[in-house]
Amino acid sequence: MDRLREGIRDALTEGPVAGVMGLILDGGHPRPHLFTKGRIEDLDRLVVGEARYPLAAVLLKVLRNDLDAHLGIVARGCDERAILELVRNVQLNGERVVVFGVACSSEQASACQCPQPYPSSHLSGERVAPVSDSEGLDRLDRLSEEERLQYWMDQFGKCIKCYGCRNICPMCFCTTCTLDEDDLIQTGTIPPEKPIFHLIRAFHMAERCIDCGLCEAACPSGIPLRTLYKKMRNVVTTRFGFTPGITKEGKGPLQYLGDGKFGEQEGH
Amino acid sequence: MIDYRTVYTICPFCGTGCGILLEVMNGRLEGVLPCKTNPVNQGKLCIKGWSAHEFVHSPDRLKKPLVRKDGRLEEVEWDEALSFIASRLKAITQAYGPDSFGAFSSAKCTTEENYLLQKFTRAVIGTNNIDHCARL
Repeated sequence: MDRLREGIRDALTEGPVAGVMGLILDGGHPRPHLFTKGRIEDLDRLVVGEARYPLAAVLLKVLRNDLDAHLGIVARGCDERAILELVRNVQLNGERVVVFGVACSSEQASACQCPQPYPSSHLSGERVAPVSDSEGLDRLDRLSEEERLQYWMDQFGKCIKCYGCRNICPMCFCTTCTLDEDDLIQTGTIPPEKPIFHLIRAFHMAERCIDCGLCEAACPSGIPLRTLYKKMRNVVTTRFGFTPGITKEGKGPLQYLGDGKFGEQEGH
Repeated sequence: MIDYRTVYTICPFCGTGCGILLEVMNGRLEGVLPCKTNPVNQGKLCIKGWSAHEFVHSPDRLKKPLVRKDGRLEEVEWDEALSFIASRLKAITQAYGPDSFGAFSSAKCTTEENYLLQKFTRAVIGTNNIDHCARL
């Protein structure tokens, strides 16, 4: 923790970094905060591992207001995967984002069922083994197609259409959203159309989801969203050999058209 | 340099009392995050909570009372609005009786404000026509 705090202090006072996104303990609640050189004393209240917020999404929000800013982020494994994926999707400039890594404890890793509870390097904590959780998915895969559909229809039937899964998601960086389009989705009415509302989101997660689980944690109805998106991730990985959140370069399978020239077309 | 901070508060929309973090960027309200450590909502919100910041800077937000004059709504000061309301309430209840009046209270109000409205309805006007906005 001291090394982390010192690393951030040095970067803010001597380095090019103008601000660092992390969690501050304020009023008894850990919450996202932009630590800056002007208020260096805030660093005394920097906390890690207390609660998980979509720090990469908050960082992106700040950077959209100041495109030239050189910022840092206190990142767990999941936050770093989010940063890599945002860079790959040309939302963040990777050269302007400095990662201050935090490795999660084994308790945190098992609470999150985390596939990679550490970033590529860290200043705080110790690396612990990933926790693999395919149990929920395996159980569903063993069901017949009919039973599986029924299971998901029952789950989607609990949805109160709060949009929390989208709002909390660090990968939902689009400035316009299909789920707000009147032509595609009945907006302003509940319950949501099932399964289309949920499957549209699942498809949009296919080559982006970094398996952080913030969506499921934010769902007031307890829909096992992570299991759904995990399935999408598995399909993309096995069929296309692509896993989001691993590299900041290259294109995902949905970013190609049939001729493979999608990225070269003007306006895309 | 951008100034980003959060303000911890309670969602104004209903009586559940979910903890929310208002995201403030350069002094302007930009968004809401559910408070993960509030024991009531534990990091979850409904759509009202997620949108709780939107009315603050909305161009449609009423900042002054409006009174219809000659068929057009006009901004007036509170004193004028309250005098108008009082005189109309008096005239209507005198002409048609206290049951011509009804009040809807709100989950957005405090307990004390809700108490006050039912007291006003029952003791001042003299009717039991008091209900909650959720009945609408």
